[in-house]
Amino acid sequence: MHEGGLPSSTSAIPLIKPPLWLLAELTYACPLQCAYCSNPVDYAGHGKTMDTETWLRVLRDARQMGALQLGLSGGEPLVRQDLEVLVTEATKLGYYSNLITSGIGMDAARARSLKVAGLDHIQVSFQSSEANQNDEIAGMRAYAHKVDMARAVKAAGFPMVLCFVLHRDNLHRLREMLDLAIELEADYVELATTQYYGWALLNRDRLLPTLEQVREAEIVANEYQARLKGKMDIYFVVPDYYEKRPKPCMNGWGSVFLLVTPDGTALPCHAARQLPGFEFPNVQASSIKEIWQTSDAFNRFRGNAWMKEPCASCPEKEKDFGGCRCQAFQFTGDAAATDPVCDKSPLRHLVDEAISSARITTIEKPIIFRNPKNSDRHTIKLAELTR
Amino acid sequence: MSEGKVEYATDYKPLHDGSLKLARGHRIQFEQVQGCDVLLYPEGVVQLSESAAMILKQVDGQRTVIDIAAELNRMFPEDGDLTADVRSFLEVAHARGWIA
Ligand code: SF4
Ligand code: SF4
Repeated sequence: MHEGGLPSSTSAIPLIKPPLWLLAELTYACPLQCAYCSNPVDYAGHGKTMDTETWLRVLRDARQMGALQLGLSGGEPLVRQDLEVLVTEATKLGYYSNLITSGIGMDAARARSLKVAGLDHIQVSFQSSEANQNDEIAGMRAYAHKVDMARAVKAAGFPMVLCFVLHRDNLHRLREMLDLAIELEADYVELATTQYYGWALLNRDRLLPTLEQVREAEIVANEYQARLKGKMDIYFVVPDYYEKRPKPCMNGWGSVFLLVTPDGTALPCHAARQLPGFEFPNVQASSIKEIWQTSDAFNRFRGNAWMKEPCASCPEKEKDFGGCRCQAFQFTGDAAATDPVCDKSPLRHLVDEAISSARITTIEKPIIFRNPKNSDRHTIKLAELTR
Repeated sequence: MSEGKVEYATDYKPLHDGSLKLARGHRIQFEQVQGCDVLLYPEGVVQLSESAAMILKQVDGQRTVIDIAAELNRMFPEDGDLTADVRSFLEVAHARGWIA
């Protein structure tokens, strides 16, 4: 298997390919309070949100590096009054721009002005297909407005992704959700299984569905996928806790994905900020090029030289990259460990214990909503949970 | 339910003989950094091979499979009849939702 007799470790020196995705988290402000939000629990204590000029520079620099897909997200990106300015620049630069929104802050006129600015696509997220439940999860009356906004998005001529975030309390409504998507003429549907980071991790006992629920949902998803083939693409991913192999997180650390938080911190994934022993670079102090190519943070888990056993000698390591670094840290306290979702991990039992713990948690257990007050209050609690 | 493959009903209509267009929200552009054409769509990118890009660029809302194959045959007369290759690529593109 040797090539030209080189020691096998040379193959571990990663070739740094350009980023394909820039995810711009424009603000952590959000009128909703979703308990499954993947924003960091301590967001209220983060630095100042960056101004228009700085974001424009980030867009230009990342595009020059090769970034193609631009995600405008948050928080709620519509909170920003300069969104149209940013979109106009993104269009000029040749990005494919995606607005990821809850629909709150949208109206028909704004949808049209974003269209004029050149925005390519809008993803609207729903908390449920049922009004009361939607509003309960969102922490405010939002459902009726969302439905109207989904219609406005289509009327303005955008392709639309509808995103339903799935968890224990709404998974049984999958059929209704897909029927709503058909009614609203969604082009794509993302059945986004809650990922247990940030607020979702705090609320995991209350949100994690049972295996039976997941299997039932899979059947429904498959049925609709077949029926709507060629008309509406439906993505459904089983929660990774119920898989035997981890997800190929971010397609590899520092491989395609660059995330910039409201205060300018550059991250290889949504949840990375929690990892200890890291100094994540800030776009106000370093160029995107330095950040992507030479920063310690982006290089730390590139390639596979950093891997420990069982990943290091596993034939599947090029396939899943050992899973998610944040999940590994959250369960084991070691970000370089095998993602314990993998059944080759000696710590798989930790995931099974989380599943059991969720199973015995009743709906009486209060859900912690994502808002600034709870952010201050629960910052320390999460640190304990991830030990 | 876990044994065997379940067959679900489908309304899917395969590639048709009429005019073809890129699906809503899809576009092709050349990328300097990647050194190739890419197909962009909501939250996705596909790097296109030279021949894939060549065929997809003929999809203009007017031309049909037959027209596109004829165009490719005209462009590459030394390559023999490309009609079958063009059709099978367009079938894949259609099934993936890139063209309609
Ligand atoms: S998940 Fe909910 S609370 Fe979090 S940013 Fe999105 S809409 Fe706001
Ligand atoms: S041991 Fe590591 S590389 Fe192998 S399958 Fe499990 S997570 Fe993936």
